Amino acid sequence: MKAMLKTMAIASIACATTLAALPAAAVEISFYYPIAVSGPLTKIIDAMAADFEKANPDIKVKPIYSGNYGETLAKALTANKSGSPPQVAVLVASDTLTLIDEDAVAPMDQFVKTPADKAWLDGFFPAFMMNGRYLGKTYGVPFQRSTQVMYWNKDEFKAAGLDPDKPPQNWDQLVEYGKKLTKQDASGKVTQWGLIVPSGVTSHWFLQGFTTQNQAKLTNEAGTEAYLHTPAAIEALSFWTDLARKHKIMQEGIIDTGNAPNEFIGGRAAIMFHSTGNLTNVKNNAKFPFGVAMLPERKQRGSATGGGNIYIFKKSSPEQLEASFKFVKWMTSAPQAARWGIATGYVAGRQDAWDTPEMKQYQKDFPPASVALQQLPFCAPEFETHAGPRTTKALEDAIAASLTGTKTPDKALADAQAEANRILRSYK
Amino acid sequence: MKVGADNRWQRGLETLAAWLLAIVWAAPLLYCAWTSLHHPGDVARMDLSAPLTVHNYAYVFNAAPFPRYFLNTFILVTMVIVAQFTLSTLAGYAFARFRFPGRNVMFVLVLLQLMIMPDVLIVENYRTLNTMGLTDTILAIAMPYFGSAFGIFLMRQTFKSVPKELDDAARIEGAGTLRTLVSVYVPLAKPVYLAYGLVSVSYHWNNFLWPLIVTNSVTARPLTVGLQIFSSGDQGIAWPILTAATLLSAGPLLVAFLLFQRQFVQSFLRAGIR
Amino acid sequence: MARRTRRASRANDDEIDSPLTGWALFLPAALFLGVFTYYPAVATFFQSLFSDPKGGRAARFIGLDNYRAMLDDATFVHALVNNLWFALGTIPVSIALAIVMALLVNRALPGRALVRMSYFAPTVLAMVAVANIWLLIYAPQIGLLNAVVERLGGTPHNWLGQPDTALGGVIVVTIWKEAGFFMIFYLAALQSMPPNLAEAAALEGASRWHYFWKVTFPLLMPTTLFVMVNAVVNAFRMVDHILVMTKGGPDDASTLLLYYIYETAFRYWDTSYAAAMSMVLLAILGVVAIGQFLILDRRTHYR
Repeated sequence: MKAMLKTMAIASIACATTLAALPAAAVEISFYYPIAVSGPLTKIIDAMAADFEKANPDIKVKPIYSGNYGETLAKALTANKSGSPPQVAVLVASDTLTLIDEDAVAPMDQFVKTPADKAWLDGFFPAFMMNGRYLGKTYGVPFQRSTQVMYWNKDEFKAAGLDPDKPPQNWDQLVEYGKKLTKQDASGKVTQWGLIVPSGVTSHWFLQGFTTQNQAKLTNEAGTEAYLHTPAAIEALSFWTDLARKHKIMQEGIIDTGNAPNEFIGGRAAIMFHSTGNLTNVKNNAKFPFGVAMLPERKQRGSATGGGNIYIFKKSSPEQLEASFKFVKWMTSAPQAARWGIATGYVAGRQDAWDTPEMKQYQKDFPPASVALQQLPFCAPEFETHAGPRTTKALEDAIAASLTGTKTPDKALADAQAEANRILRSYK
Repeated sequence: MKVGADNRWQRGLETLAAWLLAIVWAAPLLYCAWTSLHHPGDVARMDLSAPLTVHNYAYVFNAAPFPRYFLNTFILVTMVIVAQFTLSTLAGYAFARFRFPGRNVMFVLVLLQLMIMPDVLIVENYRTLNTMGLTDTILAIAMPYFGSAFGIFLMRQTFKSVPKELDDAARIEGAGTLRTLVSVYVPLAKPVYLAYGLVSVSYHWNNFLWPLIVTNSVTARPLTVGLQIFSSGDQGIAWPILTAATLLSAGPLLVAFLLFQRQFVQSFLRAGIR
Repeated sequence: MARRTRRASRANDDEIDSPLTGWALFLPAALFLGVFTYYPAVATFFQSLFSDPKGGRAARFIGLDNYRAMLDDATFVHALVNNLWFALGTIPVSIALAIVMALLVNRALPGRALVRMSYFAPTVLAMVAVANIWLLIYAPQIGLLNAVVERLGGTPHNWLGQPDTALGGVIVVTIWKEAGFFMIFYLAALQSMPPNLAEAAALEGASRWHYFWKVTFPLLMPTTLFVMVNAVVNAFRMVDHILVMTKGGPDDASTLLLYYIYETAFRYWDTSYAAAMSMVLLAILGVVAIGQFLILDRRTHYR
């Protein structure tokens, strides 16, 4: 039966190629992209692809919406295993090693030939390049990136007797302000928390805010080692745990990442740590004046980068690979990066995008948009090792165990370290 | 006399219980409907006096070509239902009334399918359909579900309870196997088809991951895939939008159930099988 | 066409001895089952005996290593234990509720259409949608449940965010979604029961409680067993609600077998280990369901 199927397939492919070849010798590439923020984004992507085709009549781009990040990865790798991957895809930046280990993606370096190409590759912010680089090569370049920032409710600051324009600057102030901002009713029940830090999906990323401020480094460059059970990391997790369990300025237990902004918008928490991906959401839906600032510092400022890179899949024809590179370069060029950043609220990945007149206007109209840019020098790359999703799970389990009180931060991270060592032993 | 009064009390209590349970059961959906008609800020504050808005529905409807997605979903479930009914009826009849070598082993194999999670087979099935050159078609979404253990099992149980005498009578009148099946068994199994159809339609109306993976184009994708753009990711969940999208997609099914529920239940009543 | 010539035993009486017709009727379904279920399932089994091709390393035969690895895998053990609790929590309650619902709407009742609709509606919704609705209901500060709890004088709780209630929260959602589905089967069974039975019992002065346990319940037995097979299978093959609501957390408190398999396959891309776990799950379900089926077939009287 297999043979028959194959004949059928070959016949249909032959048919399709002759048909496609007749009108023009255009190279076709498919482009998988996830949608993780609201807005009519499929239309914007379609428009960008159409504009690219207009500038490059010999290339046809087929944009394919493919769910959220996880689903896009599932779709792309499933197709890749059948030998028919997309040519270009937007995937989580910290999935780079997964994609390399699956032998799915091609390094950008192999396409970079002219000085202009080189200038393009060097134009991205270094903080956004760390996840996409491996052993000196660049596999993914920034497309829709984000970092963690602090949102605060100015009305509540006023009500608590705090200066509404001065958010907490360090960990001590965070606790101090948080206590003032936590409100209880007559029966002692909390009606508003001082602070909300999500601990559901991507809790490891939120931990990275605290660890980076405490100068704890969680992995080595090669992604073959994880450093989870270090004094600085333990101190960071202890601090996060204490916010709820000792200082009582945050809800106990796990806080759903997707729902957290609703609690902030609904006035149930006065300060929120969350992704810059929420800027537009909070701007449109909060019925109170709010501010956006860098996360409070400990030994230094600190946050982590997140969001999606754009990748080229290697199992394609040489013509497709060249066309894909052209497309990637175009999509991440200054005007397009600015266009996408303004439409979505993501942080544009290169300085020249921020220098465009549109972007300058956008910053003037909405100053919080530039906070991410100021914080960028203090950002760590998102936690990533080989078998990354597994080590990430070990770390997230440790965070959950600590936050819910089933283990001490020390014990939780010791267990996570042991688990990470076990997972990574075959990559040494 | 006294018995009658007791009875009335009991009936009243049962009615009350039925309604209380109904209210508890409907509460999540009513809450969902309420959420879909409000501004996110009002939802978060649970402000019952907040003004209503249909903005969320308009937003959802304009975000993607929904008429097209509705049509695709409709084609998809029709295709699946027709194939499942046909194949399950034939196979169910075989298992209910025929002795053939390997029957019991085959039946156990069929039952095993009930326990195999389609999610686990995604990668392999994608490969098969890719070899056939069928990816990115509605047929590709439907095909893996044509053979249905649940359907075969259900039809076998139903056909087994059909009195053999009816079968014999039809055959004496000269009907062949298929004629007998269509004229005797199928009419008697109507309510089972309805129940099975309902279950199958709601499964395929709502199936998501497989259609997302096996299709790429607007012309092949069902509603669920179109609606996924409203789930969260880098930003928080927009409850009003998400609930509006949910109700918009489930709406047709809920309305259909409400409209046809009389026929639905009556056909259960008419069931000739005792 | 083969004709029955023997009239030996009663059991054989209802069956037609015609191998060709039998196979011909089964063949179309068998073809599709073969291509889209058995072939990929067997391929999956073979995968479970090989290591995953990763980072340029080719797949190699590792025999039962993957199966041995499960014993040391704390998350797998967690998932297995949780899944047993999940089955124990969902199956009896949703079946009992389904019977109660069917009995309640199987009689004249003001607004019966609406009541039925309310019981049945959750069945029509996608599990993903259901999970999202309940995520909102369980939300610690803005959710409906805590609002109701507070109104009743209780203390609000972070339902899905605490290890002691996360699995329970998921169980409630499953019951809500499943009870109405099972009700339909009971309703069908109740409606095909001869009404004169109940009248006779009422004349003899039997209480309704007594009547239910002595007459109705035994008559519903075939339905119960059928529903049970479905409920057991469902308890092990639902994954969407975990994916949306808890991701198996906190710290594996609500992880279920299929969810862990799903994560292993589509997040860790450890296809061969996922295949091995699928085989174990299949074996568990196979034993349980075939056992149930054997009981069902023996106990059911086809009238």
